[in-house]
Amino acid sequence: MSATELDTILGTRWRRPRLIRHPGLRWFLTVGFVVYLVAAFMTIEVNWARVYEGLDRGAKFVLAFATPDFTSRATDIWEGMIESIIMTVAASVIGISISIPIGLGAARNIAPLPVYLVCRGIVAISRALQEIIVAILLVAIFGFGPLAGFLTLSFATIGFLSKLLAEEIESMDPTPAEAIKASGASWTQWINFGVQPQVIPRLIGLSMYRIDINFRESAILGLVGAGGIGATLNTAFDRYEYDTAAAILIIIIVIVMALEYISGIVRARVQ
Amino acid sequence: MLTLKKLVKTYRTGDQALKAVDLDVPEGQVLALIGPSGAGKSTLIRCINRLVEPTSGEVWLSGTELTGIGSGALRRTRREMGMIFQEYALVERLTVMENVLSGRLGYVGFWRSFTRRFPQSDVDEAFRLLDRVGLLAMADKRADELSGGQRQRVGICRALIQNPKLLLVDEPTASLDPKTSRQIMRLICELCSERGLAAIINIHDVALAQMFVQRVVGLRHGAIEFDGPPDALTPDVLTAIYGEEDWEATIEKVEDPEEAIEAVG
Amino acid sequence: MPMTDQDGTAIWRRRTTGQSMLQWFGWLIGAAVFFYCWQQISEATTWFFVFDAPRIAADIWTRATPPKWEYITQLGRPIWDTLNIATLGTLIALCFAVPVAFLAARNTTPSALFVRPIALLIIVATRSINSLIWALLLIAIIGPGVFAGVIAIAIRSIGFCAKLLYEAIEEIDAAQVEAITATGASRWQVMIYGIVPQILPAFAGIAVFRWDINIRESTVLGLVGAGGIGLQLSSSLNVLAWPQVSLILLVILSAVILGEWVSAKVRGAII
Repeated sequence: MSATELDTILGTRWRRPRLIRHPGLRWFLTVGFVVYLVAAFMTIEVNWARVYEGLDRGAKFVLAFATPDFTSRATDIWEGMIESIIMTVAASVIGISISIPIGLGAARNIAPLPVYLVCRGIVAISRALQEIIVAILLVAIFGFGPLAGFLTLSFATIGFLSKLLAEEIESMDPTPAEAIKASGASWTQWINFGVQPQVIPRLIGLSMYRIDINFRESAILGLVGAGGIGATLNTAFDRYEYDTAAAILIIIIVIVMALEYISGIVRARVQ
Repeated sequence: MLTLKKLVKTYRTGDQALKAVDLDVPEGQVLALIGPSGAGKSTLIRCINRLVEPTSGEVWLSGTELTGIGSGALRRTRREMGMIFQEYALVERLTVMENVLSGRLGYVGFWRSFTRRFPQSDVDEAFRLLDRVGLLAMADKRADELSGGQRQRVGICRALIQNPKLLLVDEPTASLDPKTSRQIMRLICELCSERGLAAIINIHDVALAQMFVQRVVGLRHGAIEFDGPPDALTPDVLTAIYGEEDWEATIEKVEDPEEAIEAVG
Repeated sequence: MPMTDQDGTAIWRRRTTGQSMLQWFGWLIGAAVFFYCWQQISEATTWFFVFDAPRIAADIWTRATPPKWEYITQLGRPIWDTLNIATLGTLIALCFAVPVAFLAARNTTPSALFVRPIALLIIVATRSINSLIWALLLIAIIGPGVFAGVIAIAIRSIGFCAKLLYEAIEEIDAAQVEAITATGASRWQVMIYGIVPQILPAFAGIAVFRWDINIRESTVLGLVGAGGIGLQLSSSLNVLAWPQVSLILLVILSAVILGEWVSAKVRGAII
């Protein structure tokens, strides 16, 4: 290291190297972002008088959490909750069992190309369509009721779980699976002994997570007539019965917390 | 300059890491702290700058008692004690220069450090230090792009830019190869003598310690077992510190360090 | 390793008899629960509609195709609103999520006894409830419109982002923080030099990930009246204007795919 290099550098200002080196691009991105933000804020129409009026109701709602009313619509809440849970359980069972073969098919390292393309196609469609839109279409086709909700959740589970399962299989350690293959095992034996042990713990963890999501989603399907607690909740909001709405929300939060707790225990046990 | 009086550290688990340690380090002395894993070496140096709060006892640095001072005063005293870490402890996603300049954080205000506008004198000093350890060209590289030896040099610069009176060095060579270990130890000791710094160096490599330092302190079960010059480390002493083992090979290395190290590296 | 003696030869089994009995019993209960759920769904379903479903689906399909392409001219503003709901909602959520995450992480919380549980409660409460429900609630409080949508998305995202962020904070390397502390840095300096650089990549990843999800969610918020393209979907559905519905669904689909593409690009650039 020559002393001259140090001499030239001494006394010069030091600045941290920029994340985006090119100054033109940096300014373009910054200015563009600021302009967008300003434009976005300008186009939001807020009726402040209405918001101000609403603050009162907002406060009432927050207070309703302190005095939730579980009793006056107890039967509606009870029936809606049971329906949500039933939809969750049935859809999770069906969705998980269908997503396993599709997940296997969508893993490039174990499936032949035509199967891979078909399965990836199913996954892509299922992931691109949100639950609520699927629910609207299925309600239009199958009529109101939990069947549409059940089918919606099953369909969404397939997209979610198959994709993650396929990624898990694709990223698994190939050595044990190769060892099984080398011993002359058939394809099913190979899946059973080489692939399954590696991905099962993760599959269980993901399934638990999906059950949790299914329950949360089942709470909104009622908004479009696909069964569950959503309808009751919607009615409560429409009638400004905040104490009933608060009661329903509290039940949802508690169930979600319980599910998370259980899934934490299950995941810790299988890993 | 640094005096420890009856320093005790008992962890919440009940483990007594330090049992009434008394130690006196004069100005400019480089001291090696040896001992088996779990003897309390790391705890001892962390009690000095209160990264670990001592349970009882006193720490005196140039006439100030440190265990009782408030957080503002503690920050000012921490500036006077540079620390070098095992595994370097650089902030990996910051550049080399930012890592070195972070040694000045105790001197600059929040806003200046947030916008990275350090005083020019600090920037110049950082460049001089990087030049001294041979890393000037790396100034704008990210810390995680460097090799182990290079990272530890940056760690040394970060400690020295604090302009400390004392260096606390925790296993500086633990994850380095034998050759780099020696280079790093030599660098630390050279810099200490250039600047007249005192240093406490935790080190598990006895041979390496003997090669560079003026004084060795042996710690066992949180108590000082040995305190003397490096050539007073006899097999008996090492047995007292570490337990029964054949020590002849370890000490032999000291008598002819060049060859022994060359053979390994 | 349990062995049983059969005809004088030892046979290896994976489980003991008791264990396998227990497992069969578990499967039996699971199957019973599932069939009960299925029965409930089946009872609530008008099977006549379901058998009629293929015909209805075909009917909808013929009505919906081809999409009414010229309707796209009326969708410009709703698309812009949808984008704003997602982006502004994400930005607002991040402003709140960062402090909440720092309060919730074990290694940065000022008080594990009082502050941390409150932060965790905020996280659980905001994240358990779907953004559509938040939108319903906000519409009841501050009236329909884009503003309610922005706030609904923001509230829903706080818990999501804060949870992922606080997990990232808990995983940071403590040695780097210790090293900065040892230089005599103040609490806030330790934060910006020791902690922030370590979590910045995670933060950027979470922000983009959530923005992607919010694009999806904001497309349907209009169904309950919270602005965006969902409003057009809702009104088209109400008048059974299927060609418009199919066009809107195509637009939503492309928005979702575009969002996913952008977020994948940005994430690739960061990591």
